[in-house]
Amino acid sequence: MKKLILLLAIVLMQVSMINAGEPYKAGDVVSDISLKNVKGEMVSFSQFKDAKGFIVVFSCNTCPVVKKYQQRIIDLNSQFSDKGYPVIAINSNDKGVSPGDSYEDMGKLAKSKGFAFQYLYDETQDVAKRWGATNTPHVYVLSKKGDKLTVEYVGAIDNNADDQERADKKYVVNAVNALIKNEKVPLTGTKAVGCTIKWKNA
Amino acid sequence: MVNNPNVLRLVAKQFIMKGWFHLYLTLTSVFIFCSPAAQGQNVEYIQIPELEKILKNPDNKLFVVNFWATWCAPCVSEIPGFEKTAKDYDPGKVSFLLVSLDFPSQIEKQLIPFLKKNKITIDVAVMKNLDYNAWIDKVDPEWQGAIPATLFFNNSRKTRYFHTGEVTEPELRKYINSLL
Repeated sequence: MKKLILLLAIVLMQVSMINAGEPYKAGDVVSDISLKNVKGEMVSFSQFKDAKGFIVVFSCNTCPVVKKYQQRIIDLNSQFSDKGYPVIAINSNDKGVSPGDSYEDMGKLAKSKGFAFQYLYDETQDVAKRWGATNTPHVYVLSKKGDKLTVEYVGAIDNNADDQERADKKYVVNAVNALIKNEKVPLTGTKAVGCTIKWKNA
Repeated sequence: MVNNPNVLRLVAKQFIMKGWFHLYLTLTSVFIFCSPAAQGQNVEYIQIPELEKILKNPDNKLFVVNFWATWCAPCVSEIPGFEKTAKDYDPGKVSFLLVSLDFPSQIEKQLIPFLKKNKITIDVAVMKNLDYNAWIDKVDPEWQGAIPATLFFNNSRKTRYFHTGEVTEPELRKYINSLL
């Protein structure tokens, strides 16, 4: 009986840990996602057979900081997708709170900017909640070993949102370059001013 | 007496001098009234050391420091509530500060006009350090950097509350009252 209670306690603890959804940080293992892209197809990490990892960006259509970084996000994908680290952008903003972040507007933005990367719609906001994403843009660099995806870096793209030329710490570029060279990621987490993810009104 | 040419000359001289003085006064007031300070608010530029000084202020009063930017829609919508609330509290007991995170190119174009238009009298500090990772944790280790965010503190009484996201005017008053 004691054993059963202990077992039950362990199971309950694990369940509550999953539900609590501690924000992902470097070292955490990420479960796969399944979200709709702007073409209406469902996209998962597992579909990218050749990927060695991912540059996941919690993004949106409207945030002025995202707009400042838009070209840098496009450039990250062109720089690293061929090397096995494609950008996956996710919009988790609620269209009721932020009408410009609707699925239709995502399609328009992807077309006008010529996004060569997947731009996914987290309509239920479950992915943002599970990952602990709070801002846009909020980047998670992942590495893939076998089927296991591990968080290697969480935070900002670089240290100057306003002016790319003045950014002298390119966090994401440095993290991915380190992974490519099989080296330790120099900095595994940073913080940056950004827009809040627009959560559904309770 | 008025006919006395010497007196006339003196009056004329004084008038000319006064004229210059008036012009000087007018120019000075134009200068003063055009500067942000005369609009009621006081905009100053700060770096990390000044931010730390603000956060470590030892005075026994409640400090309400709001982090915002004109590019942030929820921030902009909560600012008038801060202005209204600030007017209802004794500045000796509650001190308000708006820390603007506007980009350098937006200060003259967006921030100053916004403050004028909304008749903001709360002091405004523009954070010039854009290397956010270098100072976000100094405000609060729990802060991920999303704005708006508001810090309430009285270092003398060791009270502190950090609020992320928008704060409505009734919420703002509630937090202040509970910390007074």
